[in-house]
Amino acid sequence: MIYFALLILVIISYLFYFIGKKRALNLKFNGNIKLSSQPDYFGYYVVLMALIPALLMWFGLLLFKGNFQEMFVMSPILFPDISTWSDGKLGLILNKLNNLSVIVNLPLDDLTNGEKSILNMASENELTAAKKLANFDKIYGWSNLTLFIILPIILGFLATRSISGKLNAQPIVEKIITYIIKGSSYIAILITIGIFLSLVFEAINFFRYVNPVDFFFSTGWNPNRAFVVDASEGFDKDDLENAFGFIPLLTGTLLIATVAMIVAIPLGLMSAIYLAEYASKRVRDIAKPIIEILAGIPTVVYGFFAALSLAPFIKDVGESVGLPVSAESALAAGLAMGVMIIPFVSSLSDDVIKAVPQSLRDGSYALGATRSETIKKVILPAALAGIMGSFLLAVSRAIGETMIVVMAASLRANLTFNPLEPATTITTQIVTSLIGDVEFDNPKTLVAFALGLTLFLMTLLLNILAITIVKKYREKYE
Amino acid sequence: MNSLNKRLSAEKRFRAYGLFAVALSMFFVLILMWKIFSTGSGAFVRTTIEANVFFNPDFIQVNQNSLEKELYRASYVALADEVVRQNHPKLNEEQFIKVREMYTRKFDYQLRDYLLDNPDKIGQSIIMKITASSDLDQIVKGNYPRDVPEAQRKINDYQLSVLDKLTSEGKVSSVFNFWFFTKGDSRDPESAGIWGAVMGSLYALIICFSFAFPIGLLASVYLEEFVKPGKVTDIIEVNINNLAAVPSIVFGLLGLGMLIGVIGLPYQVPLVGGLVLGFMTLPTIIIASRASLRSVPPSIREGALAVGATKMQTVFHHVIPLSLPGTLTGTIIGMAQALGETAPLLMIGMVAFVMEIPGGPLDPATGLPSQIYLWSESAERGFLEKTSAGIMLLLLFLIIMNTAAVVIRRRLEVKW
Repeated sequence: MIYFALLILVIISYLFYFIGKKRALNLKFNGNIKLSSQPDYFGYYVVLMALIPALLMWFGLLLFKGNFQEMFVMSPILFPDISTWSDGKLGLILNKLNNLSVIVNLPLDDLTNGEKSILNMASENELTAAKKLANFDKIYGWSNLTLFIILPIILGFLATRSISGKLNAQPIVEKIITYIIKGSSYIAILITIGIFLSLVFEAINFFRYVNPVDFFFSTGWNPNRAFVVDASEGFDKDDLENAFGFIPLLTGTLLIATVAMIVAIPLGLMSAIYLAEYASKRVRDIAKPIIEILAGIPTVVYGFFAALSLAPFIKDVGESVGLPVSAESALAAGLAMGVMIIPFVSSLSDDVIKAVPQSLRDGSYALGATRSETIKKVILPAALAGIMGSFLLAVSRAIGETMIVVMAASLRANLTFNPLEPATTITTQIVTSLIGDVEFDNPKTLVAFALGLTLFLMTLLLNILAITIVKKYREKYE
Repeated sequence: MNSLNKRLSAEKRFRAYGLFAVALSMFFVLILMWKIFSTGSGAFVRTTIEANVFFNPDFIQVNQNSLEKELYRASYVALADEVVRQNHPKLNEEQFIKVREMYTRKFDYQLRDYLLDNPDKIGQSIIMKITASSDLDQIVKGNYPRDVPEAQRKINDYQLSVLDKLTSEGKVSSVFNFWFFTKGDSRDPESAGIWGAVMGSLYALIICFSFAFPIGLLASVYLEEFVKPGKVTDIIEVNINNLAAVPSIVFGLLGLGMLIGVIGLPYQVPLVGGLVLGFMTLPTIIIASRASLRSVPPSIREGALAVGATKMQTVFHHVIPLSLPGTLTGTIIGMAQALGETAPLLMIGMVAFVMEIPGGPLDPATGLPSQIYLWSESAERGFLEKTSAGIMLLLLFLIIMNTAAVVIRRRLEVKW
């Protein structure tokens, strides 16, 4: 229904463009009126006037559909005890009614046995509500459709009638478009605000259950303790003590990120140096795209590879030399992540190395330095700020990476600095706490937002630090 | 002289390190690809067992005159059991269960689908290639070893002997696995397909494009052409750069907290997935589009302004069309990244088990990468090759998109 309505809206607005333009031309040639804008602009004017209110209202209807639905269906007459229901129960009932509303109006013969049993299990009131819901969906669909046809047509004709010699359409149209353009560029800010607000609000909810000091400084991580308690009964403080301790997640994240950087920094930097300073053009043209393939591979692929091949391989190697290695060792996840970050480090370093002016190299060669001495003593110091910046960006990438650690790292928190032991990360715990039942009144779900906020701030800090270092310490050669 | 030799060998060593680093990185690409192709290629064929099928109307309780709806509703389970009994006569009850396990659990659906296409076959006997169960499939493909003790095998000695008999009769054959490309997910590896996930990803990408492309383009036009450098632009600019570096999982939390929690959009639908991916792609598009707008020389703008065009006309008639190839290239690359993103889909619930193929952006669905994740978490060996094959398909899409970006850049981009 909604796609059909959108299509009609497009067709109507396209027609109004011609109607508006035609009327303007008519005035100009048959009415001998001098127009203040090009005829095209009258077409645009009519379209904008017809389209914008309809789209805004559609957006509003879409946003508040849930509220209307609840008002229409969940009346206290059908469900007398509705005011005592929790959000979770309300959601469950609504879901049930949604399923019922699809089948409630069908003839009995068309139903499968499963559907029949659903119908039989529902109470009389639920059936009435489901019928109401089906009605509501119908009414909602039709009101959308009429809104899409009637309102633009009325507005369009009003706008067409207002076209005259006095109306200067061009500035109006340009003003509206300027507002639209301006609005688009503010959306980026809105997204950031949205991220911040949604994280902060839910994190505050989380900190109602758990003391922030406990969260940031305690070393025990057993979120399932919160899960066994029913949210409506409130939580025993003792249950939550040591249930949400951030420290083991932080050490796990840093451990895996460190392993990743130990792989990625030397390989990425040396590849960049080799390709920028040594390789012939032909080698560079082949090798560079191949290394950049690594950056294009989705992280879920690395995670699969780490869990399927890398982790068992490391375990076998470790055991053959007598080292006990976990099947979910931090080493496997870190290595896979390191490989993923190689092209990130190498392409950023490559840019910085290329930016060092040739005159510095020539000067160094003229003094008799070899190429490697030039690189180590002249080019790298000159490019140091940029390279450090790229390392920091890579660290921030490693900390925020999710799929590799979800698939290859452990779920159990473990306060360790030994890469052969299992470790868990912030992102892994965000994912595990949100998979399955999402209940916004349980700290087990809400902790994801507190972790997300911490992660967001950590990566933000690293990025700002990287930009500051690059800006402050960059050598300028003019 | 000695010190010069030392310096020269240090030079050689350093160069060798560099070469080694490049070679090692390239080696990683190769080993990754090799691993995926070697485990995934098996998913494109499926083992079938030839069987004589008699569509006995008594077992399915339909006749020649039955409507399509009745054919669809009828139960084919009894018929499937009967087919097994007829093709393997003289089985006791225990043996029958073992033999039945060699065929797919979706046996009845296969019979139903055949009958729906050929309703005239009721009451007739035909020879059909019935899909084998995943465990048997893995034995035939050689992924399960045969020479281990019976207790460690999913297929026992009796089933192996039946399999060998069927093979010697020439009844076991491999066919191209169309199901993988046409079906939705399934609990049984042999009948699980990727199409539902592909459609889910497609709807999400359409939403992502229709959100991020117009807004990204207009925002970059505003920042490059209309606004003078100042505090507001600085804030927007810093903001966009930071947004580009926010971890994808945080965007997922935004989708869960804002779009689902506050606005009340449904869980696990491509609409929400597409919007979240759109939020993520927006900075990429804005950055690419601004670079592209900046590369349009000022002489174009001055020329248009000189013949009396307004600022708006200059930008929309001349600057944007010239910068569009660069913007499109950036958009396609951003969309390719979005296609491979898994973490945000996990947050908004697009990782559930969905059998139906979604018909629109408001139907529950998984995405291509989240389907890969789902299969990779499954313990059955049959899903391992599905996972790798899913990855191959995902990589194929990424290659196509990136190639398209390169082609657009080469063909359409104007060099000034």
